[in-house]
Order: sequence, then C-alpha cells, then structure tokens
Amino acid sequence: MGNVVVWAVWIVAAFACLGSATAVVSFANPYYSALSLIGNLGSLAVLYLLLSAEFVAAAQVLVYAGAVMVMFLFVIAYLGRHVDTPWAGGPSWQALGAVAAAGALMVEIVVVIGLKASGRLSDAPDITAAFGSPRAIGELFLTDHLLAFEITSIVLLAAAVGGVVLGSHARGDEPTTPGSTLLQEEVPPLR
Amino acid sequence: MGPDLTWYLAVAAFLFAIGALGVMLRRSPLIVLLSLEIMLNGANLALITFSRHHAELDGQIFALAVMAVAASEVVVGLGLIVAVHRRKLDLDVDKLSTLRG
Repeated sequence: MGNVVVWAVWIVAAFACLGSATAVVSFANPYYSALSLIGNLGSLAVLYLLLSAEFVAAAQVLVYAGAVMVMFLFVIAYLGRHVDTPWAGGPSWQALGAVAAAGALMVEIVVVIGLKASGRLSDAPDITAAFGSPRAIGELFLTDHLLAFEITSIVLLAAAVGGVVLGSHARGDEPTTPGSTLLQEEVPPLR
Repeated sequence: MGPDLTWYLAVAAFLFAIGALGVMLRRSPLIVLLSLEIMLNGANLALITFSRHHAELDGQIFALAVMAVAASEVVVGLGLIVAVHRRKLDLDVDKLSTLRG
C-alpha cells in the first residue's frame, strides 16, 4: 500500500518537474517562465523529501522558490515587457546544433550512470530517522565541513557587494544609442 | 520502498539536458539564467540521490553549498541584466558579443 503511494507521488512530482522545466524553456514571456520555474522547484522539493533530505527540501522552498524567485520576478517586472520569441526563424543550424549537443549530453550522462552503477542502485541502504534532519546537517556543517560553511558566507557577501555595485546608478548612465533622450529622463543620475 | 534510485538519476539527466537546451537556444538573458537554475537543480538532484545511495550526508551538504552559489550567481546575473538594460542595449545574448559598453 505504502509502496503504491510512494510511486504515485514520485510519478506526479517527476512529471511536474520535467513538464515545468520544458515550460520554462519554451514560454515566450519571461514572467511565465519564472512562474513555471517556481513549480519546478516545488516538485523538486517533493523529490528531495522522497529521498529523505528534509532539510534540503525546506531550504529549497525557502531560498529558491522564496527569495531567489521573488528577486527574479521583481527584475522582470522592472525591465518591463521584453517578449522573446523562442523558436523564431525556423530551425537554424544553431538550434539544430543545440538540440544535438543537449541530446548527446543526456545520452552521455545516462550511459555513464548505466555503466558505473547498473544494478547497484536498486537497493538503497537502510537509514535512520535522523538522516537529513537539520540537526545532522548542522553538526556536519560545524565539524567536518566548517571551511565550506565559512567560504559560503564569503561568497554570499561578495555577491551582495557585487549586486549593489552593478545595480547602483553612480556611473555609466549615458545611453549608447542615439535618439533616446526621452527615455534618459527616466533615470536621473545621482549627485 | 518506492522507485529505484536510477529513476531519480534519469529525472536529473533530463533536467540537465532541458536546462542545457534552454541555455543554448534562448536569446533572452533572463531565460538563460532561469535555464541555468534548471541545470544546477538537475545536478543537485543527482547529488542528493547519491547521498541517499551511500547513506552519507556529504552529498546534501554539497547540494546546500550549490544552492548558496546559485543564489549569488543569480544576484550578479540579474545585476548585469539591469546594468545592460540601463545602458539601453538590447537584452539579447547574441547581440551582447563584445565586452565594451
């Protein structure tokens, strides 16, 4: 009985995941793409829960579907309407090459996994209830992986400083295309 | 017991390929960033699957570090997009082929 329920949840989550990923790539409007990425991240969190990674699933929803996607939606709203027609101009050599490269990449991953781990992945070892809990993760972060933890904080600080520098109005406000003096009025330079 | 761990790895491979397709095909830098997130999440799913396979938490730690790096990458990428937009350039990765403003 529990077997069937786990399979059902897995099928729904996996197909929602792949379907929303396809939607992200194929929507013309970036706003819809970002909204479907939220669905993708949510269904991935369900898959993480099935793999008994509770803390990672919670962090996924909080950090990704919460903070990162809100920032994405704000920037898309700030940029205004920039519709990008996805498959304009028919199949060019670039599109054909991209499809071939992505297909080759996927075949390569599947073949390597099949060669390296065929049969051995079917029996997952038994784990205790503490596996993936915030307590276990926190202990590992503060003992074995303390360096990674500290480096992560420096990376986040550098990204925050970089975001402020890139987003500030202080320099480079002059337009490079002529005839956009009307548009320039929207962004007065800081003094 | 639910599906084999192999099925999770198949989903991860598909996600990575779909994301790669988006990065290579789309011209809007916003959607390129979104597709990059899909690729990172495919890698994360594989990490967590192998973490479950070995019953070791190190893979989950790595996945959390990847999430932090992805968040920083989004901050810098969106900052670049806003800077490009403010200079009245086209938001098209095929046209942004030089480093000069």
